[in-house]
Amino acid sequence: MAEIVAVIASTHHPFYYRASTAVGEDRPPFADEWVRKIEAFRETLTRARPDVLVMVGSDHFHQLWLDNMPQFLVGKAPFYDANWYNEEREFGLPKMTLAGQEDLSAHVLRGGLDLGFDLAFSNELRIDHSITCPIITLRPQADLPIVPIYTNIFAPPLPRPERFVALGKAIRELVESWPSDQRVAIIGTGHLSLELGGPRQFGEHGPDPEFDRRAVEWIANGDIDGCCREVTLDSLHLPGNATHGFMDFMLMMGVAGEGAKAHHVDSLDLFHTMEAYFTWYPNGAPQIGVTP
Amino acid sequence: MSKYLLDKFLFTVDRDPELVERYREDPRGTVAWWEAEEANRLLNAISDERSTWLAFDDDEREALASHDHVRLFELGAHPFLTLTLFIAMFERDHGPMEYQLAYGAAMQHLSLPYPDIST
Repeated sequence: MAEIVAVIASTHHPFYYRASTAVGEDRPPFADEWVRKIEAFRETLTRARPDVLVMVGSDHFHQLWLDNMPQFLVGKAPFYDANWYNEEREFGLPKMTLAGQEDLSAHVLRGGLDLGFDLAFSNELRIDHSITCPIITLRPQADLPIVPIYTNIFAPPLPRPERFVALGKAIRELVESWPSDQRVAIIGTGHLSLELGGPRQFGEHGPDPEFDRRAVEWIANGDIDGCCREVTLDSLHLPGNATHGFMDFMLMMGVAGEGAKAHHVDSLDLFHTMEAYFTWYPNGAPQIGVTP
Repeated sequence: MSKYLLDKFLFTVDRDPELVERYREDPRGTVAWWEAEEANRLLNAISDERSTWLAFDDDEREALASHDHVRLFELGAHPFLTLTLFIAMFERDHGPMEYQLAYGAAMQHLSLPYPDIST
C-alpha cells in the first residue's frame, strides 16, 4: 500500500511569489525573513522524498461558480493547467501545468463515495492559487503528479467544520489503502483569521491575532476536540469575513490525526494576515542525509 | 433582491480583461448593456438556452453603476468578488496599498454581523 510520508498544512499567500522574486526597491522589507521560513518549510517536504502530492485547496470563483457549486470536488485528469488571468493580474502568478495522478484520483473518488462523501469530480480542472501557492513554496520545480481536492469555504451554505475534519480522516484512510508503492504527501492550504473586502482588511496584523494564536496551538498540538468545541460556521465570522478558510486547516488536522503534534511549526506575522506552516511525519521524521 | 445576479456581474466582468476596462471607463453603460444582454446568459450554454427571469433591483443596479463598493457590501455581494474587481480597476491610480486601505476605511461604519452573502 501507499505510504503517507508527510502531511503539510499551510496558509496560501498569493503575494509570496512576487515578494520573494522582487529585487531592489520593489523588494518588501519582510521578504528575506519570509523566504528563509519558506525554505525551511520546503525542506520538510523535500526530506520526505514524495512521489505524489495530494493537494487540498479551495477554488476562488475561478472554475466553480454559483450555478453549479460542489462542496467537495476531486480532480481526475492527466494534467491541470493553473492560475487564472485575474491571479496573474493581481498577484503576478505565473501560468503552470501540473501532471495528474489519475489512478489515485480514481481511488479517492470511489473510496470516498463508499465512505459516504458524495464527492463531485472534474476531468478538466484549471487550478488556482490555493494549490499553486504551496507548489511554489514547497515544490517550486513542480515536477510531481498531483491529486487536487477542492473544498467550498467560500460560497455559503458551507459544510460544517466537523465535516472537513471527517473528510480529512477519510482522505488519510483512502491514501493509505491505495494499492501502490508510491510515497504520498498530503498538502492542504487555508487561512487563519482573514478579512477580504470588509472594514478590517489589510490591517497591520491579521484581523484577530488572538484567534491566530489559538489556531496555531490547536493545529500544532493536533487538538481537534478543542478546536471543534470552539469553532462553528457562525463563530468563524467573528475573526474576519474570510476566516472560513480555516476549515481547510481543520481538514488537515483530520488527516494528521487527533493528538498528532506537528514536527515542524512556524508562523510569520505579516500585515493583513498571519502565515502559518505545519508538517507532520506520520511514520516518524526522516533522517537527514540517510537514503534508505 | 438578487445577490446571485450581483455576484454574476462581478464574476463575469472580473474574469474578462476587456470587460474590466469597459466597466472602469463606463460603469453605467456597461451595467445597462450587461443586464440587457448578459444577465440571463446561462454560462456554458448557447444563447437560445438563456434564462428568462434575472434582473437587478434598482438599488443593486445603481450600486454597480456608481462603482459603490460599500453599498455592494451592504447588499450582500460577495466581498471577494467586489474587492478583486475593484483592485483591478482602481489600484493603478494609487500608490502601493493606498487603494486597499481606503477601500477598507470607507467601510469603518460597518460592524458585525456583516450582511449575509448567502445566495
